[in-house]
Formats: sequence, structure tokens, C-alpha cells
Amino acid sequence: MSDDKSARRIVPIGPYHPLQEEPEFFKLIVEGEKVVGLEIELGYNHRGHEYLAQRMTWDQVPFLVERICGICSNSHPFAFVMAAEDCGRIEVPERAKFIRTITHELERIHSHLLWVGLAGHFIGYNTVWMWAWKYREPVLDLFEMITGNRNHYAMNKIGGVRRDILPEHVPDIRKVLDLVEEKVKMLTAAVLDDPVILARLEGVGILPKRDAIDLGVVGPTARASGVDIDVRRDEPHAAYDRVGWNVVVFPEGDVLAKAKVRLVESLESVKIIRACLERMPDGPIENRVEEIAPGEGIGRTEAPRGEVFHYVRSDGSNMPVRHKVRAPSFMNLISNEIAVKGYSVADAALCLAAVDPCYCCTERLAAFEDGKLRFDGKELLRRSQEKTERIRARMRR
Amino acid sequence: MTEITKQFQRRFADSEVQAWNPRRYYLAVERDKVVAAAEFLFREIGCRFSIATGIDTRDGFEILYHFSHDASGVIYTLKTLVPKDDPQVASITPKVPAANWIEREMKELLGIDFPGHPNLKPLLTSDTDWEPCQYPLRRDFDREPHVKPKPWDDK
Repeated sequence: MSDDKSARRIVPIGPYHPLQEEPEFFKLIVEGEKVVGLEIELGYNHRGHEYLAQRMTWDQVPFLVERICGICSNSHPFAFVMAAEDCGRIEVPERAKFIRTITHELERIHSHLLWVGLAGHFIGYNTVWMWAWKYREPVLDLFEMITGNRNHYAMNKIGGVRRDILPEHVPDIRKVLDLVEEKVKMLTAAVLDDPVILARLEGVGILPKRDAIDLGVVGPTARASGVDIDVRRDEPHAAYDRVGWNVVVFPEGDVLAKAKVRLVESLESVKIIRACLERMPDGPIENRVEEIAPGEGIGRTEAPRGEVFHYVRSDGSNMPVRHKVRAPSFMNLISNEIAVKGYSVADAALCLAAVDPCYCCTERLAAFEDGKLRFDGKELLRRSQEKTERIRARMRR
Repeated sequence: MTEITKQFQRRFADSEVQAWNPRRYYLAVERDKVVAAAEFLFREIGCRFSIATGIDTRDGFEILYHFSHDASGVIYTLKTLVPKDDPQVASITPKVPAANWIEREMKELLGIDFPGHPNLKPLLTSDTDWEPCQYPLRRDFDREPHVKPKPWDDK
């Protein structure tokens, strides 16, 4: 970067990488090393799901919305079937509610571990990355055992679930839960005890509570800014009101708080699944649904990244008249415009990743000046990792 | 009826409140009351703006603003009807900043204008060759020209 502090430059991050689910284009406006503004452009992965859903039957839509996101692929069909059930006033059997809760919480564990790993990679702690992903793997294996797929579980249908959790699965699930609990605790202790990690995460990318409320952010992003919301508790659905658990809230608003929310939340998920396995009643797993009566319905659930919101309207035919989907990142991303301001370019990647959107974009960072490449994704990663090294060296002295 | 719907009806006398179930209330207001009603729900009641939905119906465009009252777990949906020959409604973004992106999206996909919005440029198609004024979520949208495969340019 230039030494001229007065010169504003734009550092483009993004826009497109086919590996992850949400390509966005961040224009970092920088003065020297300092970030003074951010513009976000999106739409690179707009696939017209709302348009498509209005041309599909009610039973086909869960399969469509399952493919909105690869990481939280249970949340969208879950919210959609609840919207349809709200609209058609359909009851769900007890056992199905527990099975929905278990798959949903397993998904939260694997998603949060994914984030912890990537955050570790960003600040140059590749051990954290490898460990987090190593212990995420058994959770994916569980999904394969229960649903047949490591991702895109296709568990939800209107009126119930599509597959049962068999008694012979339960010991395996418990074994993985024990492992995950032990390892997440170890990881949490290791991360929070490390002065270098604390120096990198503490006080960085702060989103004040006022802005969090104004911008309507949801999920861990909101809870790390002291906004006490969680759809699982506020609007009890599935089996969340049958088991005891806590909503994890931290008031600081920085990246460290977001990391803590996610780590502690994974442990809460373990607790929820254990209680569900204990209390799960026997019985049918689905109710037969003849039709969705005319009306409108709203379904929402707490995805790993926050509230997923689905609105449907029915005219009594076999297709929804309107289907609105709102993913949590839609509300959370805009908060980056505030959270990243005033920090250095080395912290920018971490701040942008802290709301858990898509990391792919940072790999595509490239700054051109006079047609020559000055800066790219590797450079950003290197800068971030170098900063960690500098802090580490300073602490040694 | 909850305490909030009663307060709402006292404030907006000509509004219509419909309870779908104890967790879902639909509050219908006239178009010119939308901003005041949204501000009331957001600032005075302390609801969180969840999202807005636009629907192309026979009688006009229905705009729904979903507000979530997290303390009680109830969703209050503000509803208004916009005539088809004059598709515009005042922007709530100056009062409710969270509505910024969704109003841009509705303008883009449904063609509703939101006067008063600070930055109403397209949200999703700003970096594409999508021509403006084609609204895919409208009923009369012709998708044929868009689904025809383009000839592969093999240079």
C-alpha cells in the first residue's frame, strides 16, 4: 500500500468463487492501512429460488430450498415446512419434532466447528483449523448414518420427517457427542488461553448493540453484541421447549465474542441432543397431509447463522402462490459496513468473516494499480498471519 | 388480541387486525400510514424488522413488512395494498435501517418504487447485463427470452 495517508483507495474483495454458497463483492475503501468504508455488492449467486418455488408443488419445494445453502441445508426446509404447516394448520407428531430438533442441532455443531476452523486459518493458527475440522468429521459421519447424506439431509417434509432415528443409531450418536463435547471444551480452553489469539480477536470488528438492533442482525452476530434473541427460545417450535438449555449472549460485540458465542453454543447443542435422545417418545414420524388450505403462513427457525424466515401463501392449489425466503446473512452482512470501519486491512478479512458469511471472497482479493497486481487473496491472508506473528514475537519479549 | 395490537388499533384507528393464530397477527393499513406504523412497531414497541415480502395479486401489489416481537415470540405483519398503475410506497428505511436491502430487492424484482430510500440501486443485478424494468416476480413476467440457451461462442 502507498504511504500517502490522504489517498483513498478501493481494495476489491471478491466477487466470485464457486466453492462456497454466498459469493459477495466487498469494496474496502482504505486510507493507507486503515479501512474507512465498505460497500457490498451481491447477487452473484442469485438463483431465483422464490420464482422457482412458485412453480413447484408443495412437496417439491423442500428439496429446492434445501439447496439454497450447503452448510445449513437443514434450516431452510425446516423453516419452509413450518411455514406450510402454519398456513395449513397441520399438526406434527411428537417424535418428528424431536427428530427435527436433533438434526437441526447436529447441523449447528458442524457449522460452528467449520467457522472456528476457518477463523483459526485466517489468523495463522492452522492447528486450530485442522483440529476443528477433524472433530467436525464425525458429526458428518453421523449425518450419513442417520440420513444417508453428509449434507442435504432431506429430513423434513410437510407434516413430519422422512426418516426415523433408529434405536441402533443412538449409542453411536452418544459416542460422537461425548467426543465433540470433550474436544470443543479443549478447543475453547486452548483458544481462550492463548494470549496471541486474544490480542488478535479482542476489541476487533466491534458491532455496537445499538447498530445491531437498528440493522436487525440475527443469530450469533446479534448475541455477541448483547442482543438477547434466539428464535428457538422466543418462539418455541419442534422440541426446544421440552428440554433445558441456555441462550448464549456476550455483550462485547467484537470478533472474540462471536467466537465465544459459537463455541459455547456448540456445547449447548450437545446438551439439547442428549436431552432429546432421552425424552424422545415412540410413535409415528409423519402425519398424512392432503392439501394446504388457502391462507398464509410464516415459519422461522434459528439456523447456525441466525433466524431463517419463510413466508408462504396458499390458494388451495398444489403450489405456493408466493414463497419468500430470508436467510440470516441477508440481515447480517450489512453490519460489516459498521464492524470493519477503523480497523486495519490485516484485520479486515477476520472482521468480514466474523459474521460467518462466505470466506471464498477473500481468496479472490486483488488490487490493481497501473495494471499491475499489488495485492491478492494470498497477500491478505499473509498480512493477517504476519500480524499474528508480530504479536507473538512482541509477547515473547 | 394482544396488548400490542390494541395499542396499534388505538393509534391507527382505521387499521384492520387479523389473528391467524396466537403467534401471527396481520395488521392491514392504508398506504400512507405505512411509515408511521413501521416506526411505531420498531421504535415504540421494540419489534425487530425481520423482512418484507411483495406479492403480485389480482387487486394490486401487496407489501408485507414482517416485524418480530422477540420478547413474546409473535410476528406482527404490516400489510398494505398498492395499486398496479401506481406501484409505489414511501420507504421505511430512514426510520427502520434494516429495511435498506429488502426495499432495493423489491424494487428490482417486483418493480415497486420506494420514494425516500437513500440508495435505491439494484441489489442483485448491479453487476450483470440484466436489463432494468423486467420484474420476474410479477405475474405477467415472460420468462421465455431468458430460458432460451444462448448459442455457444466457440472462439
